[in-house]
Amino acid sequence: MTDAIQRPEKKKSSLLQLDARTRTRNAGEKRFKAYGMIAIAFGLFMLSILVFNIVTRGAGAYQQTFVALEVELLAGKLDKKGNRDLDDIKKVSTFGYTPLLSNALEAKVIELGIETDLKAKKMVGILSKSAAAQVRDYVLNNPNKIGETIGFEFLASSRVDGYLKRRVSRDSIGNDKNISSAQLDLVDALKAEGCLAKRFNMSFITGSDASDARPEAAGMGTSMIGSFFMMLVVLVLALPIGVAASIYLEEFAPKNWITDIIEVNISNLAAVPSIVFGILGLAVFINYMHLPNSAPLVGGLVLTLMTLPTIIISTRASLKAVPPSIRDAALGVGASKMQSVLHHVLPLAAPGILTGTIIGLAQALGETAPLLLIGMVGFIASNPPDSIAAGLLSPNSAMPAQIYEWAKRADPAFYERAWGGIIILLVFLVTMNTIAVILRRRFERRW
Amino acid sequence: MGTTAIKISARDVQVYYGDNHAIKNVSIDIEDKTVTAFIGPSGCGKSTFLRCLNRMNDTIDICKVTGSIRIDDEDIYERRVDPVQLRAKVGMVFQKPNPFPKSIYDNVAYGPRIHGLAQNKGDLDDIVERALRRGAIWNEVKDRLQSPGTGLSGGQQQRLCIARAVATEPEVLLMDEPCSALDPIATAQVEELIDELRKSFSVVIVTHSMQQAARVSQKTAFFHLGNMVEYGETGQIFTTPQDPRTESYITGRIG
Amino acid sequence: MTQQHITSAFDRDLASIQAKIMKMGGLVEAAILEGAISLETRDEERAEKVRAADKAIDLLEEKINEDAARLIALRSPTAGDLRLVLAIMKISGNLERIGDYAKNMAKRTGVLAQMAPVSDSAGSLRRMAKEVSKMLKDVLDAYIHRDAELAGDVIKRDSDVDQMYNGLFREFLTFMMEDPRNITACMHLHFIGKNIERMGDHVTAIAEQVVYLVTGEYPEEDRVKSDVTSTQTI
Repeated sequence: MTDAIQRPEKKKSSLLQLDARTRTRNAGEKRFKAYGMIAIAFGLFMLSILVFNIVTRGAGAYQQTFVALEVELLAGKLDKKGNRDLDDIKKVSTFGYTPLLSNALEAKVIELGIETDLKAKKMVGILSKSAAAQVRDYVLNNPNKIGETIGFEFLASSRVDGYLKRRVSRDSIGNDKNISSAQLDLVDALKAEGCLAKRFNMSFITGSDASDARPEAAGMGTSMIGSFFMMLVVLVLALPIGVAASIYLEEFAPKNWITDIIEVNISNLAAVPSIVFGILGLAVFINYMHLPNSAPLVGGLVLTLMTLPTIIISTRASLKAVPPSIRDAALGVGASKMQSVLHHVLPLAAPGILTGTIIGLAQALGETAPLLLIGMVGFIASNPPDSIAAGLLSPNSAMPAQIYEWAKRADPAFYERAWGGIIILLVFLVTMNTIAVILRRRFERRW
Repeated sequence: MGTTAIKISARDVQVYYGDNHAIKNVSIDIEDKTVTAFIGPSGCGKSTFLRCLNRMNDTIDICKVTGSIRIDDEDIYERRVDPVQLRAKVGMVFQKPNPFPKSIYDNVAYGPRIHGLAQNKGDLDDIVERALRRGAIWNEVKDRLQSPGTGLSGGQQQRLCIARAVATEPEVLLMDEPCSALDPIATAQVEELIDELRKSFSVVIVTHSMQQAARVSQKTAFFHLGNMVEYGETGQIFTTPQDPRTESYITGRIG
Repeated sequence: MTQQHITSAFDRDLASIQAKIMKMGGLVEAAILEGAISLETRDEERAEKVRAADKAIDLLEEKINEDAARLIALRSPTAGDLRLVLAIMKISGNLERIGDYAKNMAKRTGVLAQMAPVSDSAGSLRRMAKEVSKMLKDVLDAYIHRDAELAGDVIKRDSDVDQMYNGLFREFLTFMMEDPRNITACMHLHFIGKNIERMGDHVTAIAEQVVYLVTGEYPEEDRVKSDVTSTQTI
């Protein structure tokens, strides 16, 4: 029997009037909300500064100055024997093509009535050093066009490009050997006539890296392919191994000290600095196993080791999220443990596993430190790999490493390109993470 | 009691969860084609003992079972017995309806598939239909067998789980508080179903509700603190129980 | 059952209905005694009081039935509780019948007071009524204390009442044969005697309910029917 507790008579209060405690509490909560808002606003502000900086500095990389010229492919210079024999034509080096360019420029100047003191040879200085190679490639691919006059669009030299992008001004070119004031005059005149203009430069995205002397020709293309092959290796290796390890740990491992040690180690691996993996890769894969240096295969192997803990941890979380009632139901119907895991638990955990994998891949995409140690930096001017095997084993670069490399170089044109590369990398990362979020939303199950 | 055969015979069963002695020396004979109810306060061990009957306790590492449990005079804890095969013979329905997140058809067909009970699709269709009819849910779902099992109401889901359990043609059906998550009408439908099922199976049902045990079972066993205190015919247990502990529990004098 | 129910409202309901039974028992006991006294003392006023008091007994029986139905519907009693409620319903029915007989006794007292007394028959009837009243008191005690032995004892004592009735039956026959003017009075007295014997039977029925309540079974032996008047020729 409960004793009737004598309570002092409570004063009757009206609900329509807030008492002091409620008011204080409300005020406190309002303040707390305000702090939260301020923090978020601050974060957003910093984020917007970051994005603004990236976009403004990197946007320039996507625009490049081009010069439109008609070049007469003099048979006399290119095909002295006159038989259109490819081997003979190949013997003419890029050096031999340079006169063609100066002729073309001269012709253009005369055509447009531009007044200049420059000799033809000097005029060529406004073009990129890759211009000659461009014409040579064209001729080798189309030997039958020798003798005709073909219109080309050449990259302007990086100084000219810088001039149009306001990196280079007449004052700054004082000691610069690559450009002179007279050349800049020519540039202005050509620009006025419309032969020289900035436009969107697709080869930044698709082209390969270039030497120090020709920053205008540098592109992200090959490094993107290198990153792609690395991601392929990571996906093919890390996903099955990670999922299998998680299933073992979650469903089958006995609860003893061995399992505990394994679990602790996996969590620790996730915290190991990435450069340690780089050294590991260098020691094991390159020095001991003699895999080719700078190959995406090695980069992929190293990144697999790095991504495994992430995938294992997220897979375990997804497996744990499957309610035990499903497992019980499967066992109750007479399925074995393995059957219940494969037929029921895994399909239900798949969206979570997928999300974890995508996030892991996105992380791996942006890793630079381990790649530096296995040699995936450095200037690679090769053509895109012809086969998958070549793609995996031939030396290449990766996007973050490429960006690092460009940022290191002295020429401010490369600096601009580094920012441009950052934009591409960020676009990839944001896309992958968005896909992960969308997938997670779509497949999220309410039990 | 007549000559109803004994389906399950347990002798001196002890169950330990680590150091906790959960089931103390339980011996009971469960009859065939009969509904046997296990009642008792929370934590008395009735669910634990139920789970021994289809070796679901094997999935719990720290659980140790001693004593003998014989179904059709075969010791189910003998080494040669594969728990997976046992569970095809002894089906189980759980407290919270837990249909697989697959179609209704696949829910029921899963068991027969993995046990290889059907030769071809036609056989499987027959098995599924028979099971759904047995589960008293065929008429409600026959037009939407491909829709997900989780889209049904609570009572329908539980009947689906019962259909799933009987699809493997078990001989014993174990039910662990099958109606505790259902509303009164769904409960009544499931109870009616249990009454039908006992013509073909031996049913053992654990329930918190004494009224349900009284309504549904022919024999009742009262568990208390790991012991089986009294076991007898349901009508007699509820009008003149022999043991004072049983009387106390039934009349609501102890928890 | 010394333990309390977890739901204390259940205990309160049971206590209330049992209190009513005890009250009803007390009223009936009083009715028997008062009726017997008024018969002996030919007190018409007293008899009238007994008749009026029967209304209260009838009302109690109605109330008890209502309460019992409510208890069954709301509390779903089982085992001992169920037997208790069923026993209470039967007991109240029996008590009501006993009360009716007492009222009948009082009614006839009014008529008998107009006629000449027939020897000491009133005294014998009073003794019989006292015996029945004692049986009733004992059976109510047995009920309160859940004493199956005492109830069994009461069942046995019914044969004494039956014997007393046999004796009275013969006496009245003798009186009627002696003096035909006694016939009317004797007929009334005989009915009173029969009623008291019936009261005894009802008390026995109450005792059987008490045994069922305590043990879960009805007493096995057939009730000893010592009333031979219907079978033997006197």
